[in-house]
Amino acid sequence: MGKLPLRARLATTIGGAAGRVSRLTGRGDGSVIGGVLSLRLEPDLLRLLSAGRQVVLVTGTNGKTTTTRLITAALGALGQPVASNAFGANMEAGLTSALGQARGAPFAVLEVDEKYMPAVLQATSARVVVLLNLSRDQMDRAAEIWMVARRWREALAAAPNCRVIANADDPLIVWAAAAAPRVTWVAAGQRWHEDSWCCPECGSHLRRDELGWRCGECTFRRPSARWVLEDSAVIDAVGNVRDLSLALPGRANRSNAVMALAVADFFGADVAQALPRLREVSSVAGRYTQVDRRGRRVRLLLAKNPAGWLEAFDVLQPGSSPVMLSVNAQVPDGRDTSWLWDVDYRVLRGRPVFVTGQRRLDLAVRLEADQVAFELADDIDDVVDRVPPGELDVVANYTAFQQIRAVVGRAS
Amino acid sequence: MAVRPGTGRAGAGRRRPGSLRLVWVYPDLLSTYGDRGNLLVLKRRARLRGIEVESVEVNADEPVPRQGDIYLLGGGEDLPQILAARRLRDDGGLAAVASRGGVIFAVCAGYQLIGSEFGGAEGEPVAGLGIIDISSGRGDRRGVGEIIADVDPALGVPRLTGFENHQGVTRLGPGARPLAKVTVGVGNGDGTEGAYAGRVLGSYLHGPALARNPGLADLLLSWAAGPLPPLDGADEEWARQLREERLAAVTG
Repeated sequence: MGKLPLRARLATTIGGAAGRVSRLTGRGDGSVIGGVLSLRLEPDLLRLLSAGRQVVLVTGTNGKTTTTRLITAALGALGQPVASNAFGANMEAGLTSALGQARGAPFAVLEVDEKYMPAVLQATSARVVVLLNLSRDQMDRAAEIWMVARRWREALAAAPNCRVIANADDPLIVWAAAAAPRVTWVAAGQRWHEDSWCCPECGSHLRRDELGWRCGECTFRRPSARWVLEDSAVIDAVGNVRDLSLALPGRANRSNAVMALAVADFFGADVAQALPRLREVSSVAGRYTQVDRRGRRVRLLLAKNPAGWLEAFDVLQPGSSPVMLSVNAQVPDGRDTSWLWDVDYRVLRGRPVFVTGQRRLDLAVRLEADQVAFELADDIDDVVDRVPPGELDVVANYTAFQQIRAVVGRAS
Repeated sequence: MAVRPGTGRAGAGRRRPGSLRLVWVYPDLLSTYGDRGNLLVLKRRARLRGIEVESVEVNADEPVPRQGDIYLLGGGEDLPQILAARRLRDDGGLAAVASRGGVIFAVCAGYQLIGSEFGGAEGEPVAGLGIIDISSGRGDRRGVGEIIADVDPALGVPRLTGFENHQGVTRLGPGARPLAKVTVGVGNGDGTEGAYAGRVLGSYLHGPALARNPGLADLLLSWAAGPLPPLDGADEEWARQLREERLAAVTG
């Protein structure tokens, strides 16, 4: 890694100090304020801090933070330090802050907001871009996902030295990645189909069968994959089958893990050594954390959009243990709650269900339409008091999740 | 052919007396903002009145059945909207339904495409189905946010509350009447919101518009099934509270 110019060094130092002040005064993890200050002093900082490193960018609608964490863990098998924005600050300020804090790390694994990926790819000259999935999310403020895919496609076509590691089961992801010169396809699965009935190439209807998907009219079809998630096992590029046995729950996380292994393999890590490191990851930025609250084992699941809720319902405790749902509609959540109607709640029938959050009445009307019995509650402690000692799963969208986490503690 | 779970198949049978057949048109292309909500609300409010309901979801590679009672069209992004308009023109089913007086409820992209034309991905005019006398184009900026509008008194429906997210501007011709007058929000862009003519009704209130506006749901049901008995207050309670909360949040 080259020596930073004086102004960049100064910018990094001042940003780092501001971040520490922010942390010490309890205002946050400090990564955004520090990065914002640094960038004001040196706008080219992201490029300067990336120079000479192997940068991995991780983007997609769901699973960015978890996959970033898993890739960082997997690369640990190489025995060298890894810089990472592990807490999800995924715009330019968060990225520079993460890089500035780990100046000596030869690897950087960076989660990137979908919209910013093209600019960040250009600034960092990333070695690898990981494309997870694309589905509807906060549509009152985010670009339509077809537009996102188009921008990715253009950016990747203009990055000839970049390796794309992409989910072959998501048609929009395949369309975005197909313009890149080098792609490793991963059969990571796709549960949510509602945003990909249309061929991204010609607009016709996509057909799905057990072999995957293909367009009924043009030649666009699922590419064959080098890495495959098969139930609970990964089949690697040379055909070895290994059981994943992750601590993290659910199909979505198994899918994230296979993507992480493909990245580690690209950098020469041995899958047999990387996999045990993935198994040690049990919570990610407070997600999946199990905390004790007045004798109840509360598990926190963050789910921000319909595809995320589908995955969260997939990992609920078996049986009829209680579930709390919490929905806000602040700016980071999206002001529009229409998406609640894209989720099928009938799997909750037979469980005690509690609804909270600023938009709990939207949830109430939605659950009633699916004939799911529920009770209104004020907050997490109200629910804790109303359920018997034992398990309680909590599914919440972004700011609702943060509020609940602030109450039950940041232990992770 | 993609068949979604829990739905019937499109067939040619005629409806039995006392039963309703709901047809959701192209959920594969036009279902971006929780549009399933309108179908679920209509089903529930019909069943609470003892009306049997059958629902059919018709994908873009299937023919639109001609014998339905209420047809629903949802929202969509530019390319799916253009494809849906092309398929529906070729199919001809929806136009046939409109000319025999079937009930059609279309929102957002679906609303635009039942008119004579709408704005495509670059704002270029795209031919619609022409089953209601409206014409849409692309406005200067997106209308995104809560909307409140007072319904044409002739329809006897309480004020509308919903969410809109579109860049369309819609002009009504002499053959259509505005559904409502905008109090908060954008709607058609000229102070009116939505349009209706006969039993064809369209609106920019996207996604689950009927969840917050059960009065509008009952209007559509009564067009298809005749006068409806009122519901038990308990069955209306959550929707009533949600309406109240949203109206208060927006008007302050």
